Amino acid sequence: MSGAPGPLEYLRRWPIRAWLAAVILFLYAPLVTLMAFSFNTSRRNIVWRGFTLDWYRQAFEDSDLIAAFGNSLAIAAISTVVSVALGALTALLLWRFRFPAKPALEGALGLPIVVPEICMGVAMLVFFTQVLPWPTDLIWPLNLGAIIISHISFSFSFVAIVIRGRLASFNRELEEAARDLGAGEWRIFWDVIAPHMRPGLLAGALLAFTLSLDDFVITFFTSGPDTTTFPVKVYSMVRFSVTPEVNAASTILIVLTVALTAIALRLSGGAVARIEAGEGL
Amino acid sequence: MAAGKTLIRFENITKRYGKVLAVDNVSLAIEEGEFFALLGPSGCGKTTLLRMLAGFETPSDGRILIDGQDVSRTAPNKRPVNMVFQSYAVFPHMTVAQNVAYGLVVDRVPAAERERRVEAALGLVKLDGYGARKPDQLSGGQRQRVALARALVKRPRVLLLDEPLSALDAKLREAMRTELAQLQEKVGVTFLFVTHDQDEALAMASRCAVMNRGLLQQVATPSDLYEYPNSRFVADFIGSVNLFEGRLAVDEADHAEVIAPDLPAPVYLDHGVTGAHESTVWVALRPEKIELHKRGEGRAPPALDDAPEGRNRVPGVIRQIAYLGSESVYDVGLEGGRTVKALRSNLTRRDQEDFTWDEPVWLAWHACSPAVLLS
Repeated sequence: MSGAPGPLEYLRRWPIRAWLAAVILFLYAPLVTLMAFSFNTSRRNIVWRGFTLDWYRQAFEDSDLIAAFGNSLAIAAISTVVSVALGALTALLLWRFRFPAKPALEGALGLPIVVPEICMGVAMLVFFTQVLPWPTDLIWPLNLGAIIISHISFSFSFVAIVIRGRLASFNRELEEAARDLGAGEWRIFWDVIAPHMRPGLLAGALLAFTLSLDDFVITFFTSGPDTTTFPVKVYSMVRFSVTPEVNAASTILIVLTVALTAIALRLSGGAVARIEAGEGL
Repeated sequence: MAAGKTLIRFENITKRYGKVLAVDNVSLAIEEGEFFALLGPSGCGKTTLLRMLAGFETPSDGRILIDGQDVSRTAPNKRPVNMVFQSYAVFPHMTVAQNVAYGLVVDRVPAAERERRVEAALGLVKLDGYGARKPDQLSGGQRQRVALARALVKRPRVLLLDEPLSALDAKLREAMRTELAQLQEKVGVTFLFVTHDQDEALAMASRCAVMNRGLLQQVATPSDLYEYPNSRFVADFIGSVNLFEGRLAVDEADHAEVIAPDLPAPVYLDHGVTGAHESTVWVALRPEKIELHKRGEGRAPPALDDAPEGRNRVPGVIRQIAYLGSESVYDVGLEGGRTVKALRSNLTRRDQEDFTWDEPVWLAWHACSPAVLLS
């Protein structure tokens, strides 16, 4: 690795390096700044004065913020469980059976992904005021029902598509082999199909969880005064003033979502690697 | 092959997919202990026949009997047959031992007996000590052994193999042929395998059924298939052959003659043919059964002790030589433009130097060599 750069060594040429540096700067500098200033002693986000964890303490002592965070986790957990169950069943239905409305259903599955989020939000708002007014005086977390349902409605599509993709790589001879060895339908599902789906289920679950956790637009339209989520709460805090407390809260959210996404990618990436190694064949 | 009792009987089996006739009125009996091959080009219906026996397809017409019991409508998991799939279909999330044990677990075989049988099955396919491995730690050949053990451990009446060697590389394929034959001898289970590879079928099978376009063409031992094909399709599909269309000019009890327009001399046979006089027949001559002789200036045709003068000897010129190491294949052009393939074993290191391009030669064959085909 010395001398003039070879024909394919793009990374050793200065224009490419400059380009890369610019990309990294514009993409990540804002995030790094946000995180750095969450440790800043100054109240204002302009000058660096010194290191402190005070803003984190303050964030944790803010009962409204903590309540919103608890809401977010509950919503994410419940909507993940439901959308994984629904998504897995939908994927199985589409993979396994042939029926008249199948193309229509497949098309409809992608709809929540392509429809602009703002439209989904407005639609949910109209739905939950006109068609199904969700009572907000129920015990926690049932009072979050409207948000949970709207989160399920978009995240289950992602889950179904991820699992469907996983099922596409299933070798039908595995199923026939199990049947040939004496297994009935139920056993075949649990012994052969379900283990194959597992990476898809995990990746779908993490996807649904992170999608729900950081969703703002749709949640904004379906949340009420007592049913605020973490992103919505942060937004309302920002409207008064951008204090480092907001930075601290945002940093926690970033770390959480990045960690979960990394796990999701690792799991589904592992699945891809295994298929390429011929194991899924 | 000792005349055993019939184990599997296909009775007038027909399978239609919509308007497509995949299997057309096939009747076939397979005896206990046979190593039986279903051979044919892709799309000939051989795999459909196998899958109907396994239970993955239901015949449109006809019956399938195993041990005299009609199993045509029996579910695959209730039949006394097990299958080795083309992709081997080894369960990727289970260890080798769990794979082999699977059929026994489903059958609720007690754990102690199960372990014993799994151990024995792994020993049978020479995978002792591999029980704890995962399939992705195995080679293709080893995965096939797992699939074999997994099927054999259930002690099926028939073991079905779908293109068992097609996924292996050439060297391993040849080694596996011998090994499969030995395994079958050891376990004594009837093996039924499907292949499109004639070498594979000839090398392993005790009997073969050749299929084409859903129809059963011929059922015979490998050598009978090769030496006594019953149709142009079988003659052409098994090995390489020179086919000549002609008319049956002489047909006596102890000899016959066919006059083929492509050949300058009549074909003389040392046996009678049961065909109508002057009817159209085809003569099949295998390349290795044609001798090459020098035909320099004034050289007489070679002497043949079993054919009269002017029969079974034709002049030609070598057009093409394919040197294959153990043998050479010569394309010989006849007067009138027809090309005939003749194969010559290179018995010594210098044999391939005997003949060269554009050399005039005599082609000759014995009276017992040609096969006369009526269809």
